[in-house]
Amino acid sequence: MAVLNVNGKALDHNAEPDTPLLWVLREQLGLTGTKYGCGISQCGSCTVHVDGVATRSCGVPVSAVADKKIVTVEALAANGTLNKIQQAWVALDVPQCGYCQSGMVMAATALLAANPKPTDADIDAAMTNICRCGTYQQVREAIHAAAKA
Amino acid sequence: MTIHTSLGRRNFLVSSAAVAGGFSLGFHVPFLDDGEANAQAVKELNAWVVIHPDDKVVIRIARSEMGQGTLTGLCQLVAEELECDWNKVTWEYPTPGENLARNRVWKNFSTGGSRGIRESNQYVREGGAMAREMLIAAAASQWKVPAAECSVANGVITHKDKKLTYGAVAAAAAQLEPPKEVKLKDPKDWKIAGKPLKRLDTVDKVTGKQIYGMDYTMPGMLVATVRACPVIGGKLKSFDAAKAEKMPGVKKILAIDGNAVVVVADTYWHAQSALAAVTSEWDVGELGKVQQATINASLKEGLDATEAFVGNKAGDAKAAIAGAAKKVEATYNFPYQHHVTMEPMNATARYTADKCEVWCGTQNGEAALAAASEASGLPVGKCDVYKLLLGGGFGRRGRSDYVRQAVLVAKEMPGTPIKLIWSREEDMTHCQYHPITMAKLTGGLDAQGNLVGLQIRISGQSILASLLPQNLQNGMDPVVFQGLMQSGVEAAYGYELPNLLVDHAMRNPHITAGFWRGVNVNQNAVYMECFMDELAAAAGQDPLAFRLKYLKPKWAAVLKAACDKAGYGKPLPEGHFHGISQVMGYGSYVAGVAEVSVSPDGTLKIHKITAATNPGHVVNPAQIERQVAGSFVYGLSAALYGEITVKDGVVEQTNFDSYNVMRIDEMPQVETVLVPTHDFWGGVGEPTIAVAAPAVLNAIAKATGKRVRNLPLMNQDLKKGA
Ligand code: FES
Ligand code: FES
Repeated sequence: MAVLNVNGKALDHNAEPDTPLLWVLREQLGLTGTKYGCGISQCGSCTVHVDGVATRSCGVPVSAVADKKIVTVEALAANGTLNKIQQAWVALDVPQCGYCQSGMVMAATALLAANPKPTDADIDAAMTNICRCGTYQQVREAIHAAAKA
Repeated sequence: MTIHTSLGRRNFLVSSAAVAGGFSLGFHVPFLDDGEANAQAVKELNAWVVIHPDDKVVIRIARSEMGQGTLTGLCQLVAEELECDWNKVTWEYPTPGENLARNRVWKNFSTGGSRGIRESNQYVREGGAMAREMLIAAAASQWKVPAAECSVANGVITHKDKKLTYGAVAAAAAQLEPPKEVKLKDPKDWKIAGKPLKRLDTVDKVTGKQIYGMDYTMPGMLVATVRACPVIGGKLKSFDAAKAEKMPGVKKILAIDGNAVVVVADTYWHAQSALAAVTSEWDVGELGKVQQATINASLKEGLDATEAFVGNKAGDAKAAIAGAAKKVEATYNFPYQHHVTMEPMNATARYTADKCEVWCGTQNGEAALAAASEASGLPVGKCDVYKLLLGGGFGRRGRSDYVRQAVLVAKEMPGTPIKLIWSREEDMTHCQYHPITMAKLTGGLDAQGNLVGLQIRISGQSILASLLPQNLQNGMDPVVFQGLMQSGVEAAYGYELPNLLVDHAMRNPHITAGFWRGVNVNQNAVYMECFMDELAAAAGQDPLAFRLKYLKPKWAAVLKAACDKAGYGKPLPEGHFHGISQVMGYGSYVAGVAEVSVSPDGTLKIHKITAATNPGHVVNPAQIERQVAGSFVYGLSAALYGEITVKDGVVEQTNFDSYNVMRIDEMPQVETVLVPTHDFWGGVGEPTIAVAAPAVLNAIAKATGKRVRNLPLMNQDLKKGA
């Protein structure tokens, strides 16, 4: 049994140390908001915050984050209130299929925390997540909208 | 996990999922906490509409939601006729099994070809209108007044100073005979349809609550993962699981369908780790010798083959070209493409001796049901499919191969729910790919630069031959000619030319071909619209003016609308160039203008796209805008990077590192212009994809003087002098 600090709680799991964080979150802790898209740190669907930094959880063995604070998409809304990014996402109807959007929202939340007024170039550099439905235009608009909110 | 209660009719429809899974099917039902007890007795008004005593309106949706917004659009159409309060609208999927049991009351479940709205608008609106009439009749009878004296708005029926809400009369209305006929509203009078309303399925997608097939879970469920023969069409000779069997969490290792090894474990990670330790031997025969060069050579041979299926013909193109003052010829290619839905293929199945159930994302619930029946050996009446939202479809989830595999595994472990997940690598290498084709185009210009004859020879793969050979017409695949067809409401050719010949030499490699968002309109538009620019250049004429000489009115109008909006012909910033294209597909007329620049070192920048669409009727303009912008991402990803290649019979690309797609930094600004003529119903999920590549390629030709005829662009050097 090992313990992981996820969304402010100490949670037990019994995954082998080399198990990617993604699969521990999804299969041991039932946090399926974090998505599997590629497993090789390419697509960003699995983005979570590790000590506040947007991190692709498929590329991180669970043993490497044993003493870190992990936040997943499920914990972004505080007491039922969506965070600024989520609100902008809803206001601008960003998601299409939605499968990439947990990762998008996590990456955008981390971007805004580090850089409250990102330029287009900042967005290009930080938002390397793949969206096959092609929501990029709305993602950009929503980040700017959240920055202004 | 959120527990959404099951309600009345829905309880019947999705009981297995709701009860066994202990979670909702992902509907967004905002006001479920009240009224659960009385809801149990709620009877539908008809197949499409259920109204609860608390005024909640549940609209049944047969088509699948995969991001394209059909779910919201269909709800708008039903709600429009129903005259209900949009804020009280929620939705649910009936199951394909229910559809079958009720004599297909919901008609077609298939969701492809941008048909979701255009082909069901009539009957879903009738469903809404009939329910409205029944509600009015129930109120009128309670008040003992003529129904004709009652009015209705926003879910409230009024007669003089008396008012009743839909919820108050729904139970009585449900007892009434439905009207024989209803008159649908004139779209001019729409208040809910035609408006840029918000989607009904957004909130759960930003909080992580939305459950996709990948996330589905059931008590006692095991997780399986699969490795099929890397050569499509090859067989499994043998496998050695001795090492894998001893690995953590492994429950069973088996072969299915004679062509795949499956590991069943307690978790995906355990299953995947164990599968990596299974060694397998394959019987691939001659297919193992197929190289990309072999495939290309066979297509090349088809460009000049004497035998071909004729798809469109007018006058005598060959004679006209032979007698022309100037002859222009060019050969283009369009490689295999992969859909790469963000969510890899998966399905959950549970088999017992008298029932087979499947939970999955599918574009065709009824095909998934048929696959479950076939794989389980149980009659369809003993099977059902519970649809979940799709993490992307794009045509890929119209095929039920992953459903079949899940059921085959579940059948080996009766009573145990099995979630079968394909790794991204399995997904990338076992698809039904966008077919590979080439085209040779030959045009004849007279001395004044008029196009007197045009010949298009397509050589390459047929989707129907691969997936639906029973639909070939005397060996011919009519779908190959999408966008170049003589006439029809689907994908008709827009140019009026005196002498035309479009034909197809079918060449079918072993790689399975399938429907890929936009299908054959995509490459046919590249061939036709790029060649039109080549002809215009040879004639010394402007590409827009040249096209307008031949385009029929509806095609011309949408192209002009795009060009007007983009300021085509007006000065652009230094080094920027416009390229144009147009097509009719999926019932809609679309056109695009791309503004690009190419730096001296060959770096392409797509600055802006202006896109015009005439979809006939507009159900939700905001969603159309999103489909158009998304279509450019899909179409430009293919144009820039999309290429599946074959080595020793095996698909070489395995993941996003070898099959690149567009990201936000390459996303041009997309401006959408809607020019609806309100006289037909066209689709919007696909047609625009086809204009993306040719508009950009035409702009590149202007910027560099280089005509790119081979895709993807990443293989081309756009550097000056290269
Ligand atoms: S699943 Fe982790 S980056 Fe794609
Ligand atoms: S919304 Fe579908 S992949 Fe991004």
